[in-house]
Amino acid sequence: MKTRILGFVALGAVVAATSVALFVVPPDQNQGDAQRIMYPHVASAWLAYLSFGVTALAGIGWLWKRDLRLDAVAHSAAEIGVMFTAFAIWGGMMWGRPVWGVFWQWEDPRLTTTALLLALYVGYLLLRRLTDDPERRATRAAIVGIVAAVDIPIVHFSVEWWRGLHQTATIGSPDRVLNPAAPMVFVGTLLGMLGAFTLAWAYLMVRRYQLARAEAEHEEAIRIERLMTARTAEVAR
Amino acid sequence: MTDAAFVIAGYVVIVGGLALYTLGLWRRLRDARASDDEAR
Repeated sequence: MKTRILGFVALGAVVAATSVALFVVPPDQNQGDAQRIMYPHVASAWLAYLSFGVTALAGIGWLWKRDLRLDAVAHSAAEIGVMFTAFAIWGGMMWGRPVWGVFWQWEDPRLTTTALLLALYVGYLLLRRLTDDPERRATRAAIVGIVAAVDIPIVHFSVEWWRGLHQTATIGSPDRVLNPAAPMVFVGTLLGMLGAFTLAWAYLMVRRYQLARAEAEHEEAIRIERLMTARTAEVAR
Repeated sequence: MTDAAFVIAGYVVIVGGLALYTLGLWRRLRDARASDDEAR
């Protein structure tokens, strides 16, 4: 019931934030309407970081506690993170074409490290399919999830460390906390979109975790059934 | 393409993708629970 309420709140928040970003906030003086894509683009990127951070922390938790529920959290966050990374890339491309004149540029460090982030976590999800043993799968996935998380700060600080097409952080870097690089109406709309998308993320995490647990229980039931069949066959001999 | 077309393409894929993923998740969850009940 609580999850359902969270779902309705998240839905209302996403609809409201999208409406404000599309129809209420004025266009940017330099970038025009194209700048409106910034709101879901930045929110998606933030949720990709959050998701993969959760995957790494839950992976550490699994290696430490050996609790498969933590592996289910890591798996759920990775899948949702891949989706938000793809959204961030798509939003960036739709923003980049009218503003930069190109959809993509491999020389740009932010774009390239984000593409690498996507590839790493698609690899993480594929790796999980290689074995049916839940514990072996969780251990392998935890190691990959922790190593891959090294790319998160590289993606975030790439715009400060190297030169490229991508602009530096609007908010989210230490010197921009009290001095954002955009008017407050844009920052407020961005924070509203971040909040709405984070609510949607929380709802999806709960549902995806429930799915992971249901799948794990089903997998366990099949394993027990196979063992029983094998044992029965053995006794019959 | 105009700026508006890029904005629409951006939002349709992101917000639409979010909606489609949610619907898919509900369906997968329903199927997983149904097969779990069958197994029991």
